[in-house]
Amino acid sequence: MAWTQNVLRVNLSSGETVKEPLNMTWADSYLGQRGLASKYLAEEIDPAVDALSPDNKLIMVTGPLTGTMASTGGRYSVVTKSPLTGAIACSNSGGFIGAEIKMAGWDMIIFEGRADTPVYLYLENEKAELLPADDLWGSSVWETDERLHQKHQDPLIRIACVGRAAEQGNLYAGIINDLHRAAGRSGVGTVMASKNLKALVCRGTLGVGNLKDPLRFLQAVEQGKRVLAENAVTGQGLPQYGTQVLMNVINEMGAMPTRNMQEVQFEGAHNISGEAMHEPRSSDGQPNLTTNAACFGCTIACGRISTVHKGHFTVQNKPQYWGASGGLEYEAAWALGSDTGVDDLDALTYANFLCNEDGFDPISFGSTLAAAMELYEMGVITQQDTDGIELKFGSADALTRATELTARGEGFGKILGLGSRRLCEKYGQPDLSMTVKSQEFPAYDPRGIQGMGLAYATSNRGACHLRGYTVASEVLGIPEKTDPLATDGKAELVKAFQDATAAVDSSGLCVFTTFAWTLDDIAPQLDAACAGGWSTEKLLEVGERIWNLERDFNLKAGLTGKDDTLPKRLLKDAARSGPAKGMVNELDNMLPRYYEIRGWTPQGELTAETRQRLNL
Amino acid sequence: MLRALNLEAQKCTGCLQCELACSYENEGVFNPARSRIKVFNFHHEGRFVPYTCTQCEQAWCLHACPVEAIVLNTVTGAKEVIEDICVGCKVCTIACPFGTVNYNQASGKVIKCDLCGGDPWCVKACPTGAISYVDLDNTGLDRMRAWAQQSPAGPASYNTPRALTTPADFSRQNR
Repeated sequence: MAWTQNVLRVNLSSGETVKEPLNMTWADSYLGQRGLASKYLAEEIDPAVDALSPDNKLIMVTGPLTGTMASTGGRYSVVTKSPLTGAIACSNSGGFIGAEIKMAGWDMIIFEGRADTPVYLYLENEKAELLPADDLWGSSVWETDERLHQKHQDPLIRIACVGRAAEQGNLYAGIINDLHRAAGRSGVGTVMASKNLKALVCRGTLGVGNLKDPLRFLQAVEQGKRVLAENAVTGQGLPQYGTQVLMNVINEMGAMPTRNMQEVQFEGAHNISGEAMHEPRSSDGQPNLTTNAACFGCTIACGRISTVHKGHFTVQNKPQYWGASGGLEYEAAWALGSDTGVDDLDALTYANFLCNEDGFDPISFGSTLAAAMELYEMGVITQQDTDGIELKFGSADALTRATELTARGEGFGKILGLGSRRLCEKYGQPDLSMTVKSQEFPAYDPRGIQGMGLAYATSNRGACHLRGYTVASEVLGIPEKTDPLATDGKAELVKAFQDATAAVDSSGLCVFTTFAWTLDDIAPQLDAACAGGWSTEKLLEVGERIWNLERDFNLKAGLTGKDDTLPKRLLKDAARSGPAKGMVNELDNMLPRYYEIRGWTPQGELTAETRQRLNL
Repeated sequence: MLRALNLEAQKCTGCLQCELACSYENEGVFNPARSRIKVFNFHHEGRFVPYTCTQCEQAWCLHACPVEAIVLNTVTGAKEVIEDICVGCKVCTIACPFGTVNYNQASGKVIKCDLCGGDPWCVKACPTGAISYVDLDNTGLDRMRAWAQQSPAGPASYNTPRALTTPADFSRQNR
């Protein structure tokens, strides 16, 4: 219950679509979304498979609370093997497509094989058909969205699709839904394009019902919404400033990775902050921020809708960028801004528009560009390599032109599309790549927030803030304050966050609720909706099982404990300013303890006992 | 005292909680496709606009119905569809100038807002107060108060005189 119990299997090689019953035994052990699709993937593919071969599968999956009235209950995930990291990939997105899939009567869509020519899936409740997309191949996300709406003559269809970046083999291409929401990380869009699958077009009118105890569910939802509304972060900070509420906070505590993580504070942080997005621009007196926007069912509404000034150099004579669209979130503002040293808010917004328009991850892109800028300033690469772009830190012009090339996969943009690790190796400077397991870092410097170092090093999808967001505890004091500069107790903290987050990511809810909610707030909502006795304890157990399943997948894919590390820069080069001045990340103080409490060997492998305990 | 739904687009975030509440109250499922209230997203303008029946005094849908399936609820002022009588002819959907009466393929009847019998679920579900249920004779009260607050008259303005802004500036400020 709350699950539709329907799985749609789409064989792109044969063109067949088949309806299957959901494996409810797995649903009881893995809940839904991230956990459940990871189980399906681990059972159905060889983890050693080439991520871009037809043997890889791509799963779009909802959670049991997706499509319900639970606040933020609109999430869906894309689970596959990542071409960027070689590890399991799970990218989570909001917007409206997840709920639409559920409204059409499906928990999950499994894409397998590869179509001979470009296709898209049209899904209208029970009706699922693969339609030709030859004419859409080569189009951006925005153009594809517009043309599909025109073709189907239906303003209410929801669309998730890939842009030109994915088609061109950019290894961190995402799947964009509703024009500006993204399953953004780890190259899930690259996998989709490798299958010649351009888009999912969905229209669901069946609704979501079938809850175990509807009255209790509505009461639990009401209570949950109240907690979010009364919390300072989810009730005030996020609605007003979005995730960008963090820009000045993180900068002040000296954990703002700057210029390819050479420094930990950015002098231009204020200019690109959430506060700055509200301030009238000098150009036209209007703020960058047009409005805040919610994803499906979300009572927080941290989303930003922004407008670039028509006269700004990035959009002059380009009316297609004069309207409002998805604005900067903290990670994008950091990667496109602090990490490249650019503090021109409208230029960052334009670059962010391009990331959405052609579907690539602004975190990985910004970080890769930052590495290229460092290579350029060192003289390792020159204007001959960069298509004539003077690739200096702080240059908004360089940012803009590099983003345009990467969006289309042209020239130097093709190389930037390989990601930081491959770029730096290509030019003989692997230590300049700020990555873990080949995935670029997000916006928290682990020299200033020690626990995040361990979270990054052990993340199952490579460097990522969303796998164990100890920033909540170390910076914001949620659920309780820990010292960001200490390593004591961080192994336990990281494990607790990782397990709880895996459960939240499997529910259909947004992880941002956990600024206010603990699993104690989520369990009553799940338990009222779903059969299975969903207590906090069960959620933690399921979360731990999911974490270990993902780890097991990665080990079988060829990763080892040696990959649980950080770039030398973060382990050897001390922070130069701020509260963490003089500190490096002390990963070695945390990792052995972490393995121990995970029930892994000193080499980071699952013990037989752990497998048995978690029923793996 | 009769009340009316008061929709303030500038407060709307497009979350669809109202549509979920509406469809659940009326159909027993969470289903925006069956909601009597709709939120429109004007993406390029960065605007979300909730829209539903205004419960016209001279309700064209009611007068157009050939079988008298739309009747006045004298307690709430709502014009309600009596499902058992409705024959699904859809004339009311044509008569309504605002498009707020719609056909439901699943039931073969039309659906429209009935104010939930005087306790509208959309109001309770809205997280930003964009939908309120207010005195029918004073739907402009909040806007009047906001303008009154900006008035240059009164003791508060002696030290900080302030010119009236245009309606456009005002709505932007309150978005």
